[in-house]
Amino acid sequence: MKVARAVFPLVILTLALSCNLMAQKMKIEPALDTATQVITQQPPIAPLNLFAEDTPDDAGNSMDIRWDLSADDSADVTNYQVLRSDSPDGPFVVVGGTTKGQGSFTDNTVKPGQKYYYKIVAQGAPLTDSTFVSSESTVFGPAISSGQWFNTRRSNVLLWTLVLSASVIFFIYRAKSGGKLYIRKIAGIDAIDEAIGRATEMGRKVFYVPGINDMDDVQTLASIAILGRVARIAAESDTYLEVPVSKSLVLITARETVKESYSKVGRPDSFREEQVHYVTDDQFGYAAAIDGMVVREQPATMIYMGAFYAESLILAETGNAAGAIQIAGTAMPAQLPFFVAACDYTLIGEELFAASAYLSREPKLLGSLKGQDVGKALFLASIILGIIIEIVTKVDFQWLLRVS
Amino acid sequence: MRREIPLIITFIAGLVFVVQYFIPHPPFDAFEQVFTNWFAIVQAFAIWLGALSLMKFSMLKIRRKQKDWFMSVIIIVGFVVMVAYGAYDGFAGMHASPTYSFRDAGTHFDWLYQNIYTPLTSTMFALLAFFVASASYRAFRARNLQATLLLIAGILVMIGRVPIGDWLTSFMPAHYQASNLATWIMNFPNAAGQRAIMIGIALGTVSTSLRIILGIERSHLEG
Amino acid sequence: MKKIIPIIVLLILFVIALFNKSQLEMSAGVSILVTILLGIAMIVVLILTISGRSIERRIVFLFIGVSLILPFFMNFTLPLQVSPEVRTLYDALAKLPKGSKVLASYDYDPPSAPELQPMGDAFMKWAFRHDIKVIIIGLWPQGPLQANLSVNAALADPEIAKHPPKYGVDYVNLGYQSGNEFVIQGMGTSIRSKFPSDLYNTPYDSIPLLRGVENFSNIDFVFNLSAGYPGTVEWVQIAVDRFGVPVGAGNTAVQAPQVYPYVESGQLTGLLGGMSGGAEFEKITKEPGQANTFLLSQSFAHVVVIGFILIGNVALFMGKTKRRPPIG
Repeated sequence: MKVARAVFPLVILTLALSCNLMAQKMKIEPALDTATQVITQQPPIAPLNLFAEDTPDDAGNSMDIRWDLSADDSADVTNYQVLRSDSPDGPFVVVGGTTKGQGSFTDNTVKPGQKYYYKIVAQGAPLTDSTFVSSESTVFGPAISSGQWFNTRRSNVLLWTLVLSASVIFFIYRAKSGGKLYIRKIAGIDAIDEAIGRATEMGRKVFYVPGINDMDDVQTLASIAILGRVARIAAESDTYLEVPVSKSLVLITARETVKESYSKVGRPDSFREEQVHYVTDDQFGYAAAIDGMVVREQPATMIYMGAFYAESLILAETGNAAGAIQIAGTAMPAQLPFFVAACDYTLIGEELFAASAYLSREPKLLGSLKGQDVGKALFLASIILGIIIEIVTKVDFQWLLRVS
Repeated sequence: MRREIPLIITFIAGLVFVVQYFIPHPPFDAFEQVFTNWFAIVQAFAIWLGALSLMKFSMLKIRRKQKDWFMSVIIIVGFVVMVAYGAYDGFAGMHASPTYSFRDAGTHFDWLYQNIYTPLTSTMFALLAFFVASASYRAFRARNLQATLLLIAGILVMIGRVPIGDWLTSFMPAHYQASNLATWIMNFPNAAGQRAIMIGIALGTVSTSLRIILGIERSHLEG
Repeated sequence: MKKIIPIIVLLILFVIALFNKSQLEMSAGVSILVTILLGIAMIVVLILTISGRSIERRIVFLFIGVSLILPFFMNFTLPLQVSPEVRTLYDALAKLPKGSKVLASYDYDPPSAPELQPMGDAFMKWAFRHDIKVIIIGLWPQGPLQANLSVNAALADPEIAKHPPKYGVDYVNLGYQSGNEFVIQGMGTSIRSKFPSDLYNTPYDSIPLLRGVENFSNIDFVFNLSAGYPGTVEWVQIAVDRFGVPVGAGNTAVQAPQVYPYVESGQLTGLLGGMSGGAEFEKITKEPGQANTFLLSQSFAHVVVIGFILIGNVALFMGKTKRRPPIG
């Protein structure tokens, strides 16, 4: 009996040790007593060299934090937590984190002028559902964020904006002093007169489609400017101009523009409000409505000026099937091929913006086109210079001097 | 003053937008969001003007019994039905427990949206397949050198974008197979052309915006 | 009568298509026979064009309609090469460890679903199979509803159904938020501020998956499906350039060319372009779906369009545009 009492604990101990060895071999997660957590794994080495500074070129709501990855990053670390406090002694709260292998974080929740203290916690294997083996870096601080008065990342944009603006304004005011400015022929714009004349002869309508975007798009503004000129020509030749629009604000602006144009040529009574009417905001509903109008009313002329998306080909092909002469202009590169294929004339990109100046022939507007062209020439020169510099620095010219 | 006030407003708004792009310091950082919110609010109210214009135009057509006036009846019926069911589901949802939106699955509005609106828009979009074919048949003719280049590039991209292209050119080295040629055309000549057009558009946008901000371009205000 | 024959033929095919597809599936032999018949029909059109007859657009529409619908009943697929852009996106996803959080932004509406839905379905199935957590949002109103279709497609997979992912733990749908690119900008600071609750009005803080997810720094990858604005361009300009989160995208074929420059510059981590991009993605993720069927349909249509372009050029070169009654 005495021997049994002595041997029994040894047997239990041996069994326990064997089970533990087996568990380690099978990689079974250690069961933890909630009262006493037995940590069977080493915490990862703490990250070093924590540094926090104000994010440059912002409003002061952001702090850049970086640290050296833990030496155990590839093996034991699962992720890093970023903690922040208003004082070096805490309490610290978690403001974010990164996965292993990433040693930087941007805290976008800071207030400018306030002192903050940071520390990084490298988390390892989980102990329970909510606790991890972990180690902490030293606290860094105080770090203070502030807003900058100039975004230096946009200095090149500012430079080119000033150069281009100066060029445009210079030529606008130079044009005021007189002298004829050359502008190349744009067939699409020249054809507008002819197209409206065709509609007059045939006794049919002119449809003007100002695109699908709202008044906050510069293409729509350019389109409305052209509409004013087109309305004047239509009013002079007593041709019915119909303008179906997709946006309510465009409705208001287009209606006022057309009404003013009719008044300017002395035909205010010829204008009817229903000439400019709203259809729908929906893209394909708009296309379907215009297609229906075109098929029923067989207009002689279709003019598409503004921003278009997938409905461009649907509109243009239906107009083509109706036998209308079609002039299109858009600054949407994806839709240009469709208009080129289906329309008689197409204004490509900046030609849309030049149309208003081209039609009115006002010196100030033509001067702005000249300024734009000078700006483009400077762009081109800088692109060519950049290519040359890139080639010269990248290509090894030693082969020219090598003697075999 | 009728013309001056819009010009002054345009100038101030344009200047503020340009300045805030370069100055991140408060209060400039919030201007873009503030103005965008204001625009969204104005836009939302303006929708009523558009809807009323649509109803007026449709009723005029019905009253005058113009050609195909029945289409205007369909517009009015469609408009009234969607608004009525949207309003009904919206109010019912507000008083239900738990609350739901008129757009949630299972409402009348959602049924109309999924079973009428969605098939209609998909059908209109699908028309593009047919129109692309008829436009290509008409436009891709080798009338001159540029048109011939366009034709060849178009055919290569079309055939390279589907597996048949690689199957037909499987005997050629990898670089010259249809899909790689199509990718090359898209990544180099096409991308270069797109960038050139986009640079031109950007310059045109700056010039037009300057003209509008400085009040030199006034056609949108006075015809 | 002649003018409505093409419409009647298309209507008959459409009605047939409404039946259960599997009942009408053609064998490989019949598929090839039908393809040959279509080719013979085009040759007949070519001969008639050479003889001086012009083609009315209704005939073009009829051929396109037939070439789009018939492949749905055919029983073969075409061999497919995976392009570098698709491979780049897949590699980036494959490198994500289990438990990584991917933000899936569904920025499209039903008209673009034929191209983009197969990409979304393949991604969702792959994510669920590989224990990737998915946070769904939409910058277009219908986007989150399209995402739910992807989730349903993934949950219908028999293998995934054995161990189905749990809503709120493995995936969550935060719904739509208006504001376009300002939503992306706001998420860089706080996702909660832009999406205070999910699609079913559960508060953000009550969702287990979102614990610890404050902003983009807690997101491992963004997978964006885009049909226009707002979309991939805005994600690149804001999420990538300002906040440094990697973004991979699927775009419609029309939009893909505009986005290629971002792929080349490395700002965009891979691109699925159009239907072929979707089919390649299905192949590389080994998640077969509808893109391959749609691609076969698209392949037929492309060949028919090219055929008509060549016929048109033959007519031009032959110069025989005499005034004979048009075909159709």
